[in-house]
Amino acid sequence: MVHIKRLQEEGIDILAIIGEIDASSSIELDLTIAKSAGEGFKKILIDCSALEYISSAGLGVFMSYIEEFKDKGIHMVLYGLKEKVANTFSILGLADLLQICANKSEAKKLINALSV
Amino acid sequence: MLKTKALIRFTFLGAAIAWLVLVFSDITILFSDIKGLKPDIPLWLPRVMLDLYVISLYYYYKLKIEQDEGLNFTDLLWKVFATGLIATVISLAIRFILYLLGNTKFASNTLFADIIYQINLALLISFLLAAFTSWKRLILYQKSKWLIRIWLAFEFGLLLVLVYDSINIVLSEAVSATLNILLGVIAIVLSANMKWVAYLNFKQKWTSLLLLILIFFYLAYFFYTVTRQSAVISQQSTAFVDFSGHIFNLSLFAFVLTYSIFSFLVITFNLPTSSVFEQKLEEVINFQRISQSIQTEQNEESVYNILLESSVSSVFADAAWLEIQGAGNLPRLFMYRIDEQEARAIRDHLKSNNIRGVLDQGSDKTKNLSRHMSAMRGSRYRSVLAFPISVKGETIGTLALLKELPDGFNKEMTRIVSAFANQAGISIENFRLMEEAFQNERYKEELKIAKNVQKSLLPEKLEQDEEYEIAAFSESADEVGGDYYDTIRVNDHQVAMIIADVSGKGTTAAFHMSQMKGIFHSLAQQEPDPKEFMVRANQALIYCLERGSFISATYFVVNARLRKIGYARAGHCPVLYYSIQTGTAQYLKDKGKALGMIKSRDYCNHIEANEIAYVPGDIMVLYTDGITEAKNSKGEEFGSDQLLQTLLEVKEKTSREIQEHLINRLYEFSGSKEINDDYTTMIVKFRNGSKH
Repeated sequence: MVHIKRLQEEGIDILAIIGEIDASSSIELDLTIAKSAGEGFKKILIDCSALEYISSAGLGVFMSYIEEFKDKGIHMVLYGLKEKVANTFSILGLADLLQICANKSEAKKLINALSV
Repeated sequence: MLKTKALIRFTFLGAAIAWLVLVFSDITILFSDIKGLKPDIPLWLPRVMLDLYVISLYYYYKLKIEQDEGLNFTDLLWKVFATGLIATVISLAIRFILYLLGNTKFASNTLFADIIYQINLALLISFLLAAFTSWKRLILYQKSKWLIRIWLAFEFGLLLVLVYDSINIVLSEAVSATLNILLGVIAIVLSANMKWVAYLNFKQKWTSLLLLILIFFYLAYFFYTVTRQSAVISQQSTAFVDFSGHIFNLSLFAFVLTYSIFSFLVITFNLPTSSVFEQKLEEVINFQRISQSIQTEQNEESVYNILLESSVSSVFADAAWLEIQGAGNLPRLFMYRIDEQEARAIRDHLKSNNIRGVLDQGSDKTKNLSRHMSAMRGSRYRSVLAFPISVKGETIGTLALLKELPDGFNKEMTRIVSAFANQAGISIENFRLMEEAFQNERYKEELKIAKNVQKSLLPEKLEQDEEYEIAAFSESADEVGGDYYDTIRVNDHQVAMIIADVSGKGTTAAFHMSQMKGIFHSLAQQEPDPKEFMVRANQALIYCLERGSFISATYFVVNARLRKIGYARAGHCPVLYYSIQTGTAQYLKDKGKALGMIKSRDYCNHIEANEIAYVPGDIMVLYTDGITEAKNSKGEEFGSDQLLQTLLEVKEKTSREIQEHLINRLYEFSGSKEINDDYTTMIVKFRNGSKH
């Protein structure tokens, strides 16, 4: 089960993922990201500090947006990954395809720098 | 059925014979009397024959009317009426013939008059018995034990009277009077059973009244005819037996008449209220329709339509609409004699006046809303009644009923429509649950297929070599994953091995897995080095995989001659390698991204290949994340450390034993046979062979 909270700060859309993302709940993550991009946000932060587990299907969701966001000039930064989740990212080699930061302030700094 | 028909004929025949004997014996006695002779036949014969006639006819009607289940109330009255009609027509025809004969000698003959009298009497008795049997059915329509007992007593009483009449023993006046009174009381008690009247609808009531009036007419006609004729004949002969004076005939006549009068009065007084009863009946039927609509109809729409129709007809609304919150933001409207524009105008008017009650179940919202309606211009409706329709406590729509009259809805109407709305809510909820269950069933079926596909994609036999032994195990959870392992001999000293995990679950995963298998089997034959294999596999897969899907894999080429393992890890769980020389095990965490992630040709920059040398006794454990991520009841993961420890415990054993030990450990750890992900492992143990 997953719950995704959205809040906007300084033109940045922050999606906080709470819970676990598996094959079935990845659909909700996909929809939320698509909605955020569809509303015209150019800066999207993913708060993973309450993300307990992510399956390969969940990672696939992040991956599927890489190209699309590159084309549209949308930036997405993940932050606050727990060790276990970060490990999943790194095993699959996603860690260097995505922008990942330790905490929110770093993530904000990075996304603002990227968007210039 | 045939037996019943035969019995009906038999009883009728019996009645006819009894009557013929009755007529002849009666005439003979009468003739003897007139001539002053002593009759050759016993005087009791006509009376006994009359009894037989009555009893035969009683059974005839019992079989014909009482046993026929198909008759409804008006049919019963119709039967009585029809019998009466036939009897009357025959009687009138005889009268007409007599009239044609005029005042001839023949016509005034006593014997001839007696025959006419006997015919009329037989017709009257036949008609009375038909009525008696029909009334019996009506009276016993809603029977109780007591009612049946009383009826049996009544029938028995009538039989006694019949026998008493015929044996010609004159008891004291008091006894016969008591008997008459008793029968009369029972008849009146029985006549009070009028429940069937309530079930007649308005039209049927009118029909019944008409039929009853005609029945009265027959009764009056026959009564007049028979009494007059018997009076005439008894003047001419003393031997004439006036059957109409019998207690039985009188009792039967009185009973039929009493019940007819009662019925007539009850139906007449029930006429004004019959519409209410019909209304109630219709409500019940509508209620049933709503609750059964799910079984018979196929969609929610029909439930809404039935709800709308039923509510309108139950409260005599002039117009109505049903607003259902659709899947999107647009509500759907179902209209009844109102157009969408007008409905919206009324709704907006109520909304703008900030009227609560449309959406909550207040007790007297009728008044409130109607008051507000009077303030609305341009609308002919002066009353509105609104109900929420809830499914699982969530309001999914509103039912609004309109009337042109002010204060047009009463409490009773509110109650019934409220019940309708609730029932509709339940029906819709059931419908949705059913739909859900159906979807689930289909999903499960699909999973079953996917699971079979996945199973069939895994190799039945693995390549074997003198240099190493391989054991593999794969068990999938209910939700099919996409774990894949395989081996293929490239040449006499090289074997390619793969372990892969497709992202996602279900049919898509099984489908992607089959693609991976195809790629493995076609590419490995061309003896690529591990890195090249991955680059080409990635290139092939980026056009095949669904958006967001990818495959993690590790590809090995084991060279038995050189005792070397070349491998490349594309985002798959790092392989666990036990080295007999150091006595330790470690994970080979080389860099590499999963297949299908990089959609460009520069995937070669994202994958590394490595080569290690093996010695006999080394062990390689290939696995998927289902093993390291297996959870126990506390939610803790099995983890890579425990996997490593488990391997060290059995490092001396064969690959098959190691695999069995590992799987046992996993089940022990998770504490159940239920697994939440796929467990897949392939274990390669190296040994001394002759190839080196």
